[in-house]
Amino acid sequence: MLAANLAFPLLTAAILVPLAGALLIALVPATRREVIRPLAVLFSATTGAFTLWMLGAFDRSDAGFQFATSHTWIEEFGIGWNLGVDGISLFLVVLTGVLFPLTFVAVTPKHDPKAYYAWLLMLQAGCIGAFSALDLFLFFIFFEIVLVPMYFLIGGWGYGQRVYAALKFFLFTMFGSALMLVGIVSLAFLDRDAALERSEVASEELAGLQESIDVREVSGVDVPQEEYDRLDELTASVEGADQLTFDLVEIAEGRAEALAADQAAIDAGEMEARDSWNPLDWEAAKWIFLAFALAFAVKVPLFPLHTWLPDAHTQAPTAGSVILAGVMLKLGTYGFVRFGLYLFPDASLFFAPVIATLGVIGIIYGAVVATMQKDIKRLVAYSSVAHLGFIALGTFAMTTQGIGGGVLQMVNHGISTGALFLLLGMLYERRHTYDIAAMSGLQKATPVLAGVFTLVMLSSIGLPGLNGFVGEFLVLAGAYLTLKWWAVVAAAGVILAALYLLWAYQRVFHGEPTEEDLATPDMRIGELAYMAPLLVLIVFLGVYPKPVLERIEPSVAALVSHIEGATDFEEPAAATSGFSGTTADDHGEGE
Amino acid sequence: MELLDLVWLIPALPLAGFLLLVLGGRLLGEPGAGWLATAMMAGSFGATVAVFVGLLDRPEEERVFGQTLFEWMPIGGWDIDFGFYVDPLSVAMCLFITGVGTLIHLYSVGYMHGDVNFSKFFLYLNLFAFSMLMLVLGDNLLLTFLGWEGVGACSYFLISFWFTDPEKASAGKKAFVTNRIGDWGFMVAIFACLAALGSISYDEILSGAGSLSGTTATLIAACLFVGAIGKSAQFPLYVWLPDAMAGPTPVSALIHAATMVTSGVYLLTRVNPIIAEADTWIQPTIAWVGAGTALFAATIAVSQKDIKKVLAYSTVSQLGYMFLAVGVGAYVPAVFHMITHAFFKALLFLGSGSVIHGMHEEQDMTRMGGLRKYMPITAATFIVGWLAIAGVPPFSGFFSKDEILLYAWAENPALWVVGLVTALLTAFYMSRQVFLVFFGDERFTVDADHDAHTEVAAADEGDADTALDTEGAEAEALEHPDTAGAPQHDDVHVLHAAPHESPWTMTLPLVALAGLAIVGGAIQLPFTSDLHFLADWLHPVLGDNEAHIDVATGTKVGLAVVAVLAGLTGIAIAYAIYLRRMRDPIEPAILEEGWRYDRAITSFMGGPGRAGFEAASNFDRTVVDGAVNGVGALVRRSGGGLRGLQSGFVRNYALGIAGGAVLLLAYFLAQVTL
Repeated sequence: MLAANLAFPLLTAAILVPLAGALLIALVPATRREVIRPLAVLFSATTGAFTLWMLGAFDRSDAGFQFATSHTWIEEFGIGWNLGVDGISLFLVVLTGVLFPLTFVAVTPKHDPKAYYAWLLMLQAGCIGAFSALDLFLFFIFFEIVLVPMYFLIGGWGYGQRVYAALKFFLFTMFGSALMLVGIVSLAFLDRDAALERSEVASEELAGLQESIDVREVSGVDVPQEEYDRLDELTASVEGADQLTFDLVEIAEGRAEALAADQAAIDAGEMEARDSWNPLDWEAAKWIFLAFALAFAVKVPLFPLHTWLPDAHTQAPTAGSVILAGVMLKLGTYGFVRFGLYLFPDASLFFAPVIATLGVIGIIYGAVVATMQKDIKRLVAYSSVAHLGFIALGTFAMTTQGIGGGVLQMVNHGISTGALFLLLGMLYERRHTYDIAAMSGLQKATPVLAGVFTLVMLSSIGLPGLNGFVGEFLVLAGAYLTLKWWAVVAAAGVILAALYLLWAYQRVFHGEPTEEDLATPDMRIGELAYMAPLLVLIVFLGVYPKPVLERIEPSVAALVSHIEGATDFEEPAAATSGFSGTTADDHGEGE
Repeated sequence: MELLDLVWLIPALPLAGFLLLVLGGRLLGEPGAGWLATAMMAGSFGATVAVFVGLLDRPEEERVFGQTLFEWMPIGGWDIDFGFYVDPLSVAMCLFITGVGTLIHLYSVGYMHGDVNFSKFFLYLNLFAFSMLMLVLGDNLLLTFLGWEGVGACSYFLISFWFTDPEKASAGKKAFVTNRIGDWGFMVAIFACLAALGSISYDEILSGAGSLSGTTATLIAACLFVGAIGKSAQFPLYVWLPDAMAGPTPVSALIHAATMVTSGVYLLTRVNPIIAEADTWIQPTIAWVGAGTALFAATIAVSQKDIKKVLAYSTVSQLGYMFLAVGVGAYVPAVFHMITHAFFKALLFLGSGSVIHGMHEEQDMTRMGGLRKYMPITAATFIVGWLAIAGVPPFSGFFSKDEILLYAWAENPALWVVGLVTALLTAFYMSRQVFLVFFGDERFTVDADHDAHTEVAAADEGDADTALDTEGAEAEALEHPDTAGAPQHDDVHVLHAAPHESPWTMTLPLVALAGLAIVGGAIQLPFTSDLHFLADWLHPVLGDNEAHIDVATGTKVGLAVVAVLAGLTGIAIAYAIYLRRMRDPIEPAILEEGWRYDRAITSFMGGPGRAGFEAASNFDRTVVDGAVNGVGALVRRSGGGLRGLQSGFVRNYALGIAGGAVLLLAYFLAQVTL
C-alpha cells in the first residue's frame, strides 16, 4: 500500500504545522507585525499542501484508514494518538486544509492580526484533528478545542451583538459535548467490562488447553501446531482484557462482531431480539448513542437546537462565518457517520427515523424561516440549517447513495456556503450593511460580482450541472430507498431553496439602483482570483464528481456492510445492483 | 467515423459559444457577439442535419444510437452517465430547436441593437440552446433533468434581463419558482425509477418498463406529468408564462413558444412505454388537463390588449392541444403540432416583436391599427402565421390540429367538442389581433416635427407605458379605465416617429418562418398512408403505444370540414366586430384578468402564505430561541444565591461545565470500578 510506505506522518504534520504556526505568531514581537500575515498564510498553506498530498496519494481502492498513525499517549487509560483518514474523512480534511489559506488571503482582520491568525491556525489544527482522530478521547479533545478559537473569533472580531452570540455558541456546544464525554468514558469502561467477561470464558478454555498440552509435552506426545496457535491467541486475549481502550476501531469492530453473533442467534431463534446485546446491553447502547447524538445534533445543527447558528453567523467576522459554515458544521454530520453509524449501528438504526425526521423538518423549516430574514447573513445561516438537514437525512437512510451523497454534500456545502460568505463579506466591505432592504439594483453597478453571486447561488439552490445538485440528488434518491416519504417531503425543499435565494437576489441585485448603489465598486481582479478556485470547483464537481465519488464510495460501502453485519438492516437491492431486466445492451457503443 | 458520431457537436457548439462569450463577450461587443452566437447555432443545426442523415441511412429498427462521454454519478449499483441518446424523436426535436433557434438568434442581432448588455443576451441565448439540446439528447432522465433545470435557469435570466424593472425581475423569479414545483414531481419520478429499476437510462427504463408494477409505473407517469405541467405551463401551474412576456421578444419566441415550453410534451412522449404500463386513469387525466387548459387559456386570450399577452395565452392554449393529444395516445400528432406550432408561433412572436420595434416599444394593440402600410413584410408574414394557427387549409396548423381533433373524437367526443370550441376561439382571438394591429384605422398619430426636447419626453412616456403594459393589462385596466379602453375609443396615441419596417436581420427570419408555417404540414399529410412521414419516422420510438383509430374516411373528411368551418366562423365574427364594427366587442374584465386566477394566487401568497412564513419566522425567534434564552434567564435568576459565581466570564461557565462533567465521570468511574 502506497500510504503505508510513506514514512512521513502526513496527518500528524497537518495538525502540528498550523499549531506551530500559531505558537510562532504568538511570539512575533509587536515591532514586526508585518510578518504575521505572510507567516499565517505560509503555515496554513503548508498544511493545505499536506492535505493535497494526501489526496494525491490516497489509494481509492482501499476502504480502510490510510495514512494511519498510532502512538500510545496515556498508556494507563489506553488513549492513543491514533489518526487516519478514509474516503469519508479525506475530503473534509482536504477542505479544511484548503479553505483556511483561502480565507487568509481573502480577508484581513480590522485589528489584532496576531491573535486573529493564531486563533485561526489553532482552529485549522483542531478541525483536521477532529476529522482524522481514530481515538474517542482524542476526538473529544479536538472536538472541544475548536470551540475556543471560534469563541474568541466571534467575540473579538465580530459585529454588534458579538458577545451574546459567542457566549450562546459556546454554551450550546459545550452543553452537547459534556454529555458526549460521559458517553465516551462510559463506552470505554463498558467495553472493557465486556472484554473481561469474554476473557473469563477464554481463560477457562486457556486453563484446560494449557493443562492438556502440558500433560502431552511431559509424556512426549506430539502437540499439533494449531493448538499452540490457539494457546497464544487465548493468552493474548486474556492478557489484554483488563486494558482500557479508547481506540475507535477496536471498540467499533468489537461491538460489530458481538452484535453480529447476537444477530445470528436471533435469526436462528436462539435468542430474543435485543436481549443481551454484547458488549453493551441494549439500554446502555441507546443512552450512550443519544449522548453522542446530542453533541452532534447541536453542531449540525438539527432542529430545534439550531438557534445559536444564525446568531453566530450574523455576528462572526467573514473568516469566522466561512470556517463555521464551511468546516465546523461538518463536525456534526461527520460525527454522525463516524461515531453514530460506525460505532452504534444498532442504536443508529433504531433512532434513524427520528433523526431523519429532524433533518427533514430542518430542510423545510430552515428554508421557510430563511425566506423571511431581513439580514442576508442570517438568511444564509438558515439556509445552512436546510442544507445540513439533507445530510442528516442521507446519513440515516443508511444506503450507499444516501451516506455517500451526504459526505459529498458536506464538501459541496463547504465550498458553496464558504463562497457565499466570502461574497457577503465583499458586499459588507462596500456597503457596511447586511440589510437586504438597504441595497437594490446592484447588478447594474457590479455586474461581475452579480454574476459570481448568481453562480454560487445556483449551486446552493441545487441546479444540475453544479456541485450542490449532485450531493442533494444522491441524498434524496438514496433516502427514497429506505425512507421514502421523508425523501418525498424533503424534495419539496428544493422549491423553497429557489424561493428564498432568488427573492434575496432580486431585492439586492435587481430593481432600480439608488445613487449609493450605483457608486458601489465592482469586484476587483484580486477578489476574483481568490474566488476562482471555488467557482471552478462548483462547476467541476457538478459535471464530473466521479473522482470524489469513487474515493468516497468504498469506505461508505464498507460502512453499510458493517451496519448490515451488525443488525438486521439490509440495503435495498436497487442501491447496489443496476437494472436486471431483459434488456440487451445492443446499441451502447454504436458501430 | 460515421455521421452519427458528430452528435456531441450539437450541444457542444452552443456551449462553446456560451464560454467564448463569458470570456470575451464584452470585447466582441455588438454585433460581433450576436454573430458568434448565431454562427454557433447554425453550426449546431448543421451537425443536427448530419446526424439526421446518419440516422436516415440506417434501417428503421436500428435507428437508435448511444454515445457516452463519461460517467457522471457512478455510485453503488447506479451508473448515471453523461451521454447522448439519438433516436428519431430526439433528432426531430433537435432539428426544429436548432433550425428555429438559428433564425431567432439572427433576428435578435437586429432586435437587441443598442442594448447595453448586448453580448450578455447572446451568452444566455447560447446557454439556453445548450440546455435545451441536453434536455432532448440526454441519454437518461437525470441528464434530461439537467437540461430541464438549465432551460429554467436561462428562462429566469432572460425574463429578468431588464432587471432594473421590478416587475420584470419578479416575473423571472416567478417562472423559476413555479417551474420548481413541477420539478419536484420530476425528481420524485426519478427516485421511483431508480428504486424500481436501479437505473434511469432511457435505454434500460424504456425496454424495462414492462417489468414495472402498475403502481410504480403510475407513480412515475403521474410525477413526470406534474413536471410537465410546470414546464409546459398547463393548468394549474401556467401562471408564470404570461408574466414571462416581460423578457425580450426573441426570448418569448424561442423559449416561451417554440422550444422550452414543449419540453413537457417531449418528456411524456419519450416515456410512452411507462405511460402505457400505468393505470388507465393517467391518460384521460392528461387529456382533460390539456383540453381544459386549451379552452381556459383561449377564453383569456380573447380579451387581452397587450400584443404579446394574446400570444402568451395562445401558447398555453396550443400546448393544451398537445397534452390532449398525448392523453389520447396521439403522440405523433402531438409532436407534429409541436413542430408546426414552433414555426407559426415563433413567427407570430417575432412578428409582434417587429411591430413593437416599429412602434417604438408600444405593445398595446388598442393604440395600433393599419400597420400593414408601414411594415408590409411583417404584416404579410404575420398573416401567414395567423392563418396557420387559425387552422385554415393548407397552412401547417390546419393539418396538425386536425389530426389531434380526429384522435380526440375517436377517444371521447366530449374532448373533441372542447377542442373544437377552442379552435373557434383561437381563430377569433388571432383574427382580432391581426385586425387590431394591421388593419382598420390608425389609432396613433405621428408627430415627427417635435423638437428634440419633446421627443425625449415622448419617448419616456412610451417607455413608461410599456412598463405598465408588461406589468399586466389588468392593472392598467383597473387604474386607467380610460386609456385602456376598447378600440372604438378615440384614444389617439402620439408617436414621435412614424412606424417603420424592421431591418433585414429581423425580416429574413420572418420570411423563412412564414415559409415553414405554410409548408410545415407536408411532414405528415393525411391523404394517404405514404404521406405519413412523421408517423413513419417516429414509429420506432412509439411502436404500439401510438393509438390506432378506426374512423371511416367519410367521418374524417366531415370532422375536418367542421373544424375548418369553426375556424372560419371565428374569423368571420372577429371581422364583423373589429373591422366592420357591426357590434361592440365583448371583452369582459374577468377574462381580461384571466378569470382572476393569477390574482387569487398572488393574493394568497402575499396574504395567508406570507403570513404563514412570517409566523414560522416568529415562532423561531420567540418560541425556539425564546426557550433557549428562557433557560438562560432561569439559570441566571435561580442562581441569584450563587451570585458570586455569576461572573459573566465564559471561562467560569466553562469551568462549571467541565467540573460537572468531571463529577459525572467520577460517579461513573465509581460505578464501574467498585
